[in-house]
Amino acid sequence: MSGSKFQKAEKILLKNVTIIDDGYNEQKQWDIFIIDGKINAINPTSEKTDFNGAVLDLSGKLALPGLLDMHVHFREPGREDEETLKSGAHSAMAGGFTAACTMPNTNPATDNREVIEFILDEMKNHLFSIYPIAAITKDQQGEKLAEMAELVDAGAVAFSDDGKSVANSLLLRRALEYSKMFNVPIIEHCEDAHLVGSGDMHEGFVSSNLGLAGMPAIAEDVIVARNLMLAEYTGGKIHIAHISTKGAVDLVRQAKDKGIDVTAEATPHHFSLTDEAVRSFDSNFKMNPPLRSEEHVAAIIEGLKDGTIDAIVTDHAPHSIEEKDAEFSAAPFGIIGLETALGLVAKQLVKPGILSWQDIVQKMCKNPYRILGLEAPQIKAGEIANLTIIDPAGEWEVDKFNMKSRSRNTPFHGWKLPVRAFAVLNNGYFYLAEK
Amino acid sequence: MSFKRKHLLGLEDVSAEEITHILNTAETFKEVLARPIPKVPTLRGKTIVNLFYEASTRTRFSFELAEKRLSADTLNFSTSTSSVKKGESLRDTAQNIEAMKVDMVVIRHSAPGAPHYLTQCIKGSVINAGDGCHEHPTQALLDMLTIRDKYKYLKGLRVAIIGDILHSRVARSNIYGLTTMGAEVALCAPQTMIPYEAEKWNVRIFNDVDEAIAFADIVMALRIQMERQTQNFFPTLREYHNYFGITKERLDRANKKITIMHPGPINRGIELDSDLADDDRYSVILNQVTNGVAIRMAVLYLLGGELQE
Ligand SMILES: [Zn+2]
Repeated sequence: MSGSKFQKAEKILLKNVTIIDDGYNEQKQWDIFIIDGKINAINPTSEKTDFNGAVLDLSGKLALPGLLDMHVHFREPGREDEETLKSGAHSAMAGGFTAACTMPNTNPATDNREVIEFILDEMKNHLFSIYPIAAITKDQQGEKLAEMAELVDAGAVAFSDDGKSVANSLLLRRALEYSKMFNVPIIEHCEDAHLVGSGDMHEGFVSSNLGLAGMPAIAEDVIVARNLMLAEYTGGKIHIAHISTKGAVDLVRQAKDKGIDVTAEATPHHFSLTDEAVRSFDSNFKMNPPLRSEEHVAAIIEGLKDGTIDAIVTDHAPHSIEEKDAEFSAAPFGIIGLETALGLVAKQLVKPGILSWQDIVQKMCKNPYRILGLEAPQIKAGEIANLTIIDPAGEWEVDKFNMKSRSRNTPFHGWKLPVRAFAVLNNGYFYLAEK
Repeated sequence: MSFKRKHLLGLEDVSAEEITHILNTAETFKEVLARPIPKVPTLRGKTIVNLFYEASTRTRFSFELAEKRLSADTLNFSTSTSSVKKGESLRDTAQNIEAMKVDMVVIRHSAPGAPHYLTQCIKGSVINAGDGCHEHPTQALLDMLTIRDKYKYLKGLRVAIIGDILHSRVARSNIYGLTTMGAEVALCAPQTMIPYEAEKWNVRIFNDVDEAIAFADIVMALRIQMERQTQNFFPTLREYHNYFGITKERLDRANKKITIMHPGPINRGIELDSDLADDDRYSVILNQVTNGVAIRMAVLYLLGGELQE
């Protein structure tokens, strides 16, 4: 099978695979029969193969329900040089995802029916599913609500002005109240613009050393606190995007105990790297929220472990080489992340015993779908074959020159990661990642 | 010792041995500067570019003079960062420099890490002549040379750096250099101008100038940028001067021998009173300027070390 293109999953037998989903014993191996993109049957592994279709021996591999990255930036429309919907999808499939939610900071912004329709149309008949997130406010300007009802009708699954907070608390209150009618979450990028100012990195001893303007952790905390209070007051659904501070994790934990309708997500870079990395002045370590210090990283890991943080997302943010190749303060924020996410999750969370693969399925599939009010894939006869196959012994070295994304801005170039995506199936198609 | 560095980007990771070696080398160049014809052929045939993205007459003249005294060929490039689109110009310029086969680049830039970035773009040696709020290593070296001239040693001396520490590359380089050399350092400023977790530098922190003066053998005043006032780092220049200005009255009250330094240019009557700046019983500010040339000669000479013979 060719590695570069996906093909029709008409008749495939996935043999000897370990299934990571509810109801399956991880010690056992299974044969998954797929016909016309649907799971036809799942049987205990047996030797007889009178099946007349493609047979793939997956001994030693794991089958997970298809992973969803609920926070990516695919830059189309507007900056197709950095990423298109299709190149982003390709990058995601290579990283083991079958679906993603695209953030609305495109150009034009995803604040109207036409852009949503364009995105969905572009991805019609594709293995990869895109669930667009629409802007909360017109052109993400933080001044006027976007036409939320129509956007939901068109296919938006959530709202966000990601890239910044909705600074006006009254407007955010209205958004929380209005979006309740459709039961979709408001996803907030939590950052007090005044406290952050023109900051370039986490405010801490490292920023003091480097003389780079700091972005204090408390700039995130105060907005998280405000948002939780507004969510409690309105009964709206708030989702905290790329949570990065200890204070914010503590606040979300308390809010969940109180019964506030809040969920939260964290990125692999925020549990894999600290602000010490910025000492290199390499702009691939520049992202927003910034890489934080050790205590914050520990709090993120603790939050993932105890369930305070529901989802793992990449915040995949492609930037052109020309834009990233600059002095640190002149470079834009953001890194790509789809092709390294699973490996980092394995290296930082699964191998050290912090989370199991079952937990990862929750954080990267079930919870994201639940947060968005969508039905999560299940590995079960009769269901669509929406699967992520991973090789838990597939150690590989990250090579930024050998990626499917159109951009190269990864801080993990040269890292050895223990696990690699092997294949994905979805929407009647099958894609075998290159080895 | 032999000096193995290719670049001088900052003092944070420079050892006491290396600093001593630079200071000693500068001493020998001070002798050169005292000659009737203060010029040596050390860097003849070598090309140095002075890349100044930020106006700085003093530092640029000091480097230029040092380069001329060492017989290097020099090119000057100056522009303000604000007049060029951020980011683009440095990369473009770096490519041109590379094409011209330049041996060394002296760079002043408003972005912290710009010299580090330049080392990725070109093959020659890079000398940081001030990168944003990060480092200004040759300034700290000339400060240390000036202190050593007067006291003959650095270890155990108490130096209070007073003023806008948060935005000061001079302060950072001096904190690293002086503490490496065994001096005791204190910082004194309004709390808004003390960097986050500054105590981790192993320095004392004062918000009271009288306490800082009482602590210090040497007071290093920093220039206050007028626009900090509009950014609310302090309410007014008047209040700044009244509470953080270094004045004759304060020194008299402290009643002790003290040395005054300033990297210049001075806002007279704001961070430092005019009569103190000009009084050579206290001030070594002009010695700093002279030592600047010797230090820059030493640094250029040591980084261009493999060029001789
Ligand atoms: Zn984002």
